[in-house]
Amino acid sequence: MSSMKITLNIWRQKSPSDAGQMVKYQLDNVSEHMSFLEMLDVLNEQLIGKGEVPVSFDHDCREGICGSCGFVINGVPHGPRRGTTVCQLHMREFKNGDELFLEPWRAAAFPVIKDLVVNRSAFDRIIQAGGFVSIPTGSAPDGNAIPVPKKDADRAMSAATCIGCGACVAACPNASASLFTSAKVSHLGLLPQGQPERFDRAVKMVNQAKEEGFGGCTNIGLCEAVCPKSISLENIARMNRDFTLGAWTYREATSEGGAA
Amino acid sequence: MCDAGRGVGPTGLGVYLDFAESIQRLGKNAVAERYGNLFEMYERITGENPYEVPMRIYPAIHYTMGGLWVDYQLQSTIPGLFVLGEANFSDHGANRLGASALMQGLADGYFVIPYTLGNYLASTKLEKVSADHPEAKAAKADVNERVKKLLSIKGKRTVDSFHRELGKIIWDYCGMARNEKGLKEAIAKVRALKKEFWENVNVLGSDGELNQSLEKAGRVADFIELGELMCIDALDRKESCGGHFREEYQTPEGEAQRDDENYAYAAAWEYAGEGKEPILNKEKLTFEYVHPSQRSYK
Repeated sequence: MSSMKITLNIWRQKSPSDAGQMVKYQLDNVSEHMSFLEMLDVLNEQLIGKGEVPVSFDHDCREGICGSCGFVINGVPHGPRRGTTVCQLHMREFKNGDELFLEPWRAAAFPVIKDLVVNRSAFDRIIQAGGFVSIPTGSAPDGNAIPVPKKDADRAMSAATCIGCGACVAACPNASASLFTSAKVSHLGLLPQGQPERFDRAVKMVNQAKEEGFGGCTNIGLCEAVCPKSISLENIARMNRDFTLGAWTYREATSEGGAA
Repeated sequence: MCDAGRGVGPTGLGVYLDFAESIQRLGKNAVAERYGNLFEMYERITGENPYEVPMRIYPAIHYTMGGLWVDYQLQSTIPGLFVLGEANFSDHGANRLGASALMQGLADGYFVIPYTLGNYLASTKLEKVSADHPEAKAAKADVNERVKKLLSIKGKRTVDSFHRELGKIIWDYCGMARNEKGLKEAIAKVRALKKEFWENVNVLGSDGELNQSLEKAGRVADFIELGELMCIDALDRKESCGGHFREEYQTPEGEAQRDDENYAYAAAWEYAGEGKEPILNKEKLTFEYVHPSQRSYK
């Protein structure tokens, strides 16, 4: 088992109002089998041992499926390996003597809370604006009662793999949330259950993203390149189409309806 | 073999799972269709390509069954607190099949809660409760005191080191196979660990900011209590059942030996207060159509 020396420059920021700065740390016994976050665990144990406050970073499942983790490594969200969250990035991707720079997602809509942790509530509000389907619950629908073509199911599934980590925003020069928003719009809009609200959904979610301070999409494509789930740019095209159609027909809900 | 350290790989804890024959028989695409995501995850963690070399695997517990007690409405012992999905105890017995998290999430969320929660809200008078209510004040004072205590210990060990030690104790003594002697030892060890935690943990930072060490300390304190309870429950159940294998209770062929006469119940342990033994409430299991039987792979 080979061990490496790694130099880390980590963004340390005590609180949202603190100016923050890069702080250099040296780690001597990094195993190639460690995940990136396990390496930070080791660093934190050492820091606590010295009486220094450990580095804050978000994490949860560490299996690449929850969307909690993520920061920028040498300018690339989630680091150098494609289609990989930082928790699934292993130290064998680096070599002895590497110097790494770790920063939080940078976007006006993602204010830093502390160190590498940012507030991603803006994503939650985009979901609240339209990332749902209104369907009756309470009884089990008959199996196969609603046919879904395989290609639609596959595309919806691909879009649904978005874990909402925010890497797309961090990579985008416009800090656009289009890849995230479009993944959610596509996931629901491709399926029969998502049809009734399809066009309203696109309008509401796109508008909410704008309101949160995310920028517009100019088809740069860095989002797709860094996305740990390899969400396709095709979704943005679909979102734009639904948004355009929705914008023609969009009307605020009235209070005159109601159940008979 | 694994427990004896005579397995494969650098740790000596693994066994091989080889897909070569399946790939030859079904083709790589068919295998990728079924397990592609798992293979990809494996490749990331180990740096080895499971389509080309055998996977190294290790039999491990990934789930423990059990959860918060709820009634048929999915309401807990706290009125108005409903518990859904695998946070409650309701659907799984002593065993659980893969992908069941989705099943229980859907069953509770789709078919139960829409009826029971709506009924509760419609039939219960929900009066405004102010933060000045004596109970609210007492709860807040409790939390503040606990937080202050955790920050003031300023001991020598990190929260993670306690978490790891606890995990190792439960893994070693309350894992897939357990016995009376080991469980008694585990309970003593967990109690000693709890004592040390509250005297020697080191939580840095303050309570007025995002403090992940403090969050973790609160959780590990809870895990210690839960770990102890799991050992107490395992000790109390003198049978082998489902995923829980008590070594003393096995058939001559080494299969799990059930005792449905004495243990056909779900154990709902009641918190009796700090430092007091938990109280066992038995939720009887009755089977009308399909009856539990001795497991046999023959």
